[in-house]
Amino acid sequence: MSAEQDSSTESFESLEAHAYQLEVRRNLLLSTPALIVLFCAASGPLLIMLVFSFLTPGDYGGIKWQFSTEAWFQVAFYRDIFDETVSIADAHLSIFWRSVKLSFLTTLVAFVLGFPTAYFIATRSPETRNLWLFLVTIPFWTNLLIRTFAILEIIRNQGLVNNVLIALGVIDQPLDMLYTDIAILLGMTYVYIPLMILPIYASMERFDFQLVEAAYDLYATRWRVLVRVIVPLVKPGVIAGSILVFVPSLGAYVTPRVLGGGKHLMIGNLIELQFGQGRNWPLGAALSLSLLVIVMVALIFYVRSAQKEGGAHGH
Amino acid sequence: MATSSRPFSIERMPGFSLLALTCFFALYMPLAPLVVYSFNAGDNIALWEGLSLRWYVAAWENDLVQSAAIRSVVVAVIASVVATSLATMVALGTTRTRPYRGQTSIYAMVNQPLMVPEIVTAVALLIFFALIKESTGYHGYAYLISAHTAFCIPFAYLPIRARLEGMDRVLETAAADLYATPWRSFTRVTLPLLLPGILAGAMLAFVISLDDVVITEFVKSAGQDTLPTYMLGQLRRTITPEINAISTVLLGVSVVMVTIIFFLSRKKA
Amino acid sequence: MSDDVAVEARGVSKIFGASTDQEVRALDHVSVSIAQNEFFTLLGPSGCGKTTLLRLIAGFEHPTDGAILLEGKDISALPPFQRPVNTVFQNYALFPHMTVAQNIGFGLEMQGQSKDEVANTVGAMLVLVKMENLKNRRIDQISGGQQQRVALARALAPRPKVLLLDEPLSALDLKLRKEMQVELKRLQHETGITFIFVTHDQEEALTMSDRVAVMNEGRILQVGAPHEIYNRPNDRFVADFIGDTNFMPAEVIEHDESEVRIRLPSGIEITIPAPPGLPQGSEVTLAIRPEQARIVTDADAISIQGSLTDEIYIGTDTQYRVDIGMTSPFVVRVQNANGERARIPLGSRVGIAVDPRTIQILQD
Repeated sequence: MSAEQDSSTESFESLEAHAYQLEVRRNLLLSTPALIVLFCAASGPLLIMLVFSFLTPGDYGGIKWQFSTEAWFQVAFYRDIFDETVSIADAHLSIFWRSVKLSFLTTLVAFVLGFPTAYFIATRSPETRNLWLFLVTIPFWTNLLIRTFAILEIIRNQGLVNNVLIALGVIDQPLDMLYTDIAILLGMTYVYIPLMILPIYASMERFDFQLVEAAYDLYATRWRVLVRVIVPLVKPGVIAGSILVFVPSLGAYVTPRVLGGGKHLMIGNLIELQFGQGRNWPLGAALSLSLLVIVMVALIFYVRSAQKEGGAHGH
Repeated sequence: MATSSRPFSIERMPGFSLLALTCFFALYMPLAPLVVYSFNAGDNIALWEGLSLRWYVAAWENDLVQSAAIRSVVVAVIASVVATSLATMVALGTTRTRPYRGQTSIYAMVNQPLMVPEIVTAVALLIFFALIKESTGYHGYAYLISAHTAFCIPFAYLPIRARLEGMDRVLETAAADLYATPWRSFTRVTLPLLLPGILAGAMLAFVISLDDVVITEFVKSAGQDTLPTYMLGQLRRTITPEINAISTVLLGVSVVMVTIIFFLSRKKA
Repeated sequence: MSDDVAVEARGVSKIFGASTDQEVRALDHVSVSIAQNEFFTLLGPSGCGKTTLLRLIAGFEHPTDGAILLEGKDISALPPFQRPVNTVFQNYALFPHMTVAQNIGFGLEMQGQSKDEVANTVGAMLVLVKMENLKNRRIDQISGGQQQRVALARALAPRPKVLLLDEPLSALDLKLRKEMQVELKRLQHETGITFIFVTHDQEEALTMSDRVAVMNEGRILQVGAPHEIYNRPNDRFVADFIGDTNFMPAEVIEHDESEVRIRLPSGIEITIPAPPGLPQGSEVTLAIRPEQARIVTDADAISIQGSLTDEIYIGTDTQYRVDIGMTSPFVVRVQNANGERARIPLGSRVGIAVDPRTIQILQD
């Protein structure tokens, strides 16, 4: 009797382990098709690009299967074709610098406008709140090219902005806004600002306004309530929003192409050039991977700070 | 005497409402000329010469626009249907389950298209597909469709996953208690309840595919322009209100889709 | 095995947690038999293992050790959809995308019954739970009490051998809960199905059950009819969990066939009827129900004395708290005759009179 009892005990334990194994196998089977597509058309090509960045450019585009670190060298340095003297690649570095600078400014402007907007939405009544939120969501999902084109139209020499300014008598000659850094900054802010507003709003939605009441009760001024209570508590949303604006700005291609007019390049346009007229595929691959590294550093910074925040709130 | 005539409001921050309303104005104001000039009777987008639908007609009769529009829709339909099916499966395999090895890797891979800048993916696909084109000689639509499917997966995945996470496991438990086999419990309980999430995911994927510029621009073979890449090409030339007309239609499609998604995802599980 | 056993748990243990260092022993070698056509209640505080035992019977969990038997057959390895056992879930778990009638018919449909059969049974069930006129409503269009009835009808429709009820009344307000208690008893009577009912509400357990099992920390402490559990608790936890109880340490002085002589902390000795088996000199605890004690003012001849500290009016009763020199006061509950209560000045010395036959001796 007791021997039988023992054997049945074992079978129950393995029954449970078996159920878990089945569950894991089912999960992996369900995930496999998507992972295959993602590997073929998203992750895998990145690895091939890494290989390409260590090859020699072909004469008319493409590559030759010869190992070379020249592409990575060229990201930052310039080697003269005739006398082989080495100098800093000013052209590349100034484009990287412009990209970082413009992306940073875009993030800043988006924050300055986006934070009050998120706050405004979060403090509406529950019925109207969803309507305001909807108004932010619509541009978020509409075509980026169309929105960039809309900016192009209003800042042209005969565009709405210049027409209004001339009509008001502020200026008498149209301002040359198109094809400048300012135009790119304006366009990127316009295109990416919903990505700042939505995560900040998500943080604020959970914010307990009794904390604000408590702060006022303890003699805080409005400014201090904002800086000492509200901002620290919605910081995860601010960080998420900043990353969500900064990362696509850094990799922007359409907006600088349309609003920069081919003169004010960003990294995205520099990369494209290597596959167009420049025809230096390995350099293009190396530039792409450099951009990817910068983005990954930003994302890791974000994950770290999110974990830290999560940990701090956990206690 | 009184510093303020209105009663003290806990929530008010000075200037915030003004900035917020400016922001909302700025979000929509630039779209107004775009739409208005699409109805311009004149030849350019600066001078208003009266109301007309001639540019809509012109766009409709333009063979390049017509074929690009059909191509856009076909690619978006195929990509969104495939991506949504795959995303539903992954969501079922990664949500409401005991943790297992590899779960975070799957999660990272699904979300990879959201994290890697589009231009980087586009270039990587250009290189990869160039290799395949060279060795197989195939120049068809499979490249475009597979690329679109891949970057649509995370967008379809998000609402489906959110819906699944909000669904109580106890309903499937109840179905099992009432003699439903796992498969019947899935088809009769899980799937019907998941449907709003799946629809929202499919529509998001459709919008994302329809709007894509960068990856399409790099992946397309000759003669495979979609509406957005056709428009990007036109922006280099003299712009006619035809572009405004196409933009307005695309804008309309996006607004309708997003409105539906918005109401679908608000329906409680 | 005897024919009239519906469900039996045989040495069942359930351990949760993936690794050994975070193991939680939800059930610890639990054995219990539940008879056919019995209203059996598992009573205990949250986390005592009562819901786990129910889920093991339903088949949502598998035992780590031991076996679950249904009418003598081991069903431990059967998945829930092959067990003729149905559950009424705590929050009902009604399918939100189906109507009332579709919910009730779900189990029948899954069993492969024909459309007509399903419709007939659903109709009968709707009558049984008095929901005929709401059969085409959606679940979010009916009240909590109505959802409760639908959940009951849905679980009863396939005529299970055993109906499991997991705190089904906890989401209802007090008045509705009382109504449903009566309703459940009626349904059990009419259907003749074995009910296993899980609750943490001792009053609910005592009023509805044929037998109650009191559980704590994964074990069954006592099984018995409600009056046995209440009047003759065999464990300090049971005595404390069910009703209010005064506990008092005592020492056994001498023992014969039917009586035991014990000494209270105050030094006073009393004689209590008790079964044999208490060794001389052993430390025991006396359990005395507040309503079994009386307050007497001429205190001299009385064994327990103290000073009155509080008098609390609670409608039908008045509660007196008497400081008898122990950490917690002795509580006496007296019914208010004619709505009047005896006025005793606070602070006065009083005696507490107890019928020795109502004292329960608990061994520690």
